[in-house]
Amino acid sequence: MLENFTLILFCQLLGELVVTALALPLPGPVVGMLLLFCLLVIRGFVPDELGKVSDALLSSLSLLFVPAGVGVMLHFELLGAELIPLSVALVVSTLLTIAVTALVMVWFNKRKPSSMLDGGGLDAPSPRGADQ
Amino acid sequence: MKDLQETWVYLSASPLLHLTLTLIVFVGASAIFVRSGRNPLANPVLISMIVIVCLLLATNTSYDTYFDGAQFVHFLLGPATVSLAIPLYRQFHRIRRAALAIVVSLLLGSGTAVISAAGISWLLGAQMTSIVSLAPKSITAPVAMGVSEKLGGLPSLTAVLVIVTGICGAMLGPLVLNLLKIKDWSARGMAIGVASHGIGTARALQVNELAGAFAGLAMGLNALATAILLPIVWQLFF
Repeated sequence: MLENFTLILFCQLLGELVVTALALPLPGPVVGMLLLFCLLVIRGFVPDELGKVSDALLSSLSLLFVPAGVGVMLHFELLGAELIPLSVALVVSTLLTIAVTALVMVWFNKRKPSSMLDGGGLDAPSPRGADQ
Repeated sequence: MKDLQETWVYLSASPLLHLTLTLIVFVGASAIFVRSGRNPLANPVLISMIVIVCLLLATNTSYDTYFDGAQFVHFLLGPATVSLAIPLYRQFHRIRRAALAIVVSLLLGSGTAVISAAGISWLLGAQMTSIVSLAPKSITAPVAMGVSEKLGGLPSLTAVLVIVTGICGAMLGPLVLNLLKIKDWSARGMAIGVASHGIGTARALQVNELAGAFAGLAMGLNALATAILLPIVWQLFF
């Protein structure tokens, strides 16, 4: 447990160092994710304990965005002044992006039937599928 | 009464109060989410934000004071991002086979996110500062803030717009995908990850590991694509 949490923190630290040293336009944790991924490829499997630590962290991933989200209280004035343009642009653009990305993926997968099977594309969505 | 006030002064100065508050409110919001039959519209991040902001305003507490406690939760975002390597590795055999589809849908999705956000807000008369702050809204907060600062936006405004985008994608994304009759988990995950970064990924992971792995990958790739391409495209237009 402790070793694996240390490994994760160590990858993050290495990621921060790489980003600073090479002046990359990426956050340290994203580079840390790639480093840990490379380690797993070398190792050839996910150690049980590492899987447990990662599942624990990821099972409450949404919680971790709350503190930054509460920062909305610092911007009430600016948001109030431009509420309509910003909110309309944000919502329409987000939904459009989802539609475009998904349709392009599906179009490609249809051209290559094997990957459609991989994606579980032939199955009807389960009831839980409706709330992703 | 004086004792109660002293206790309040003591507690509100310690990080424990706002850390515990964040967890209690989120646990409550998650319970509401489960009660609603996991309806994406009952988004726990959104509910928690509203409740906490109201409580802070009611008790006249500054965001800085709140963040002294909440930073311990905030800090875990880093290790959580790193550990997205595990679902990515577990699903890698599927991701590798879809490499071309991933690259093309990433570039088109990423472009749609930036151009439609900037274009619509410009058409509706937003100021330049707001437009620039909104443009990188679909990528993970630390990168979005860096891009926004580089182009003359307000990084802290960008952070808020990024979070709201994430919530919007997690809440309404499933409706759009169902409307388009998209059942492929890889496509659903990819779309949510490109459009709504970590909050979308968190949502996707709860539903399906394949969708979660694609969403996590899409989040990382879109951060890279937007950080490199947005400043270049911006210079062409302005």
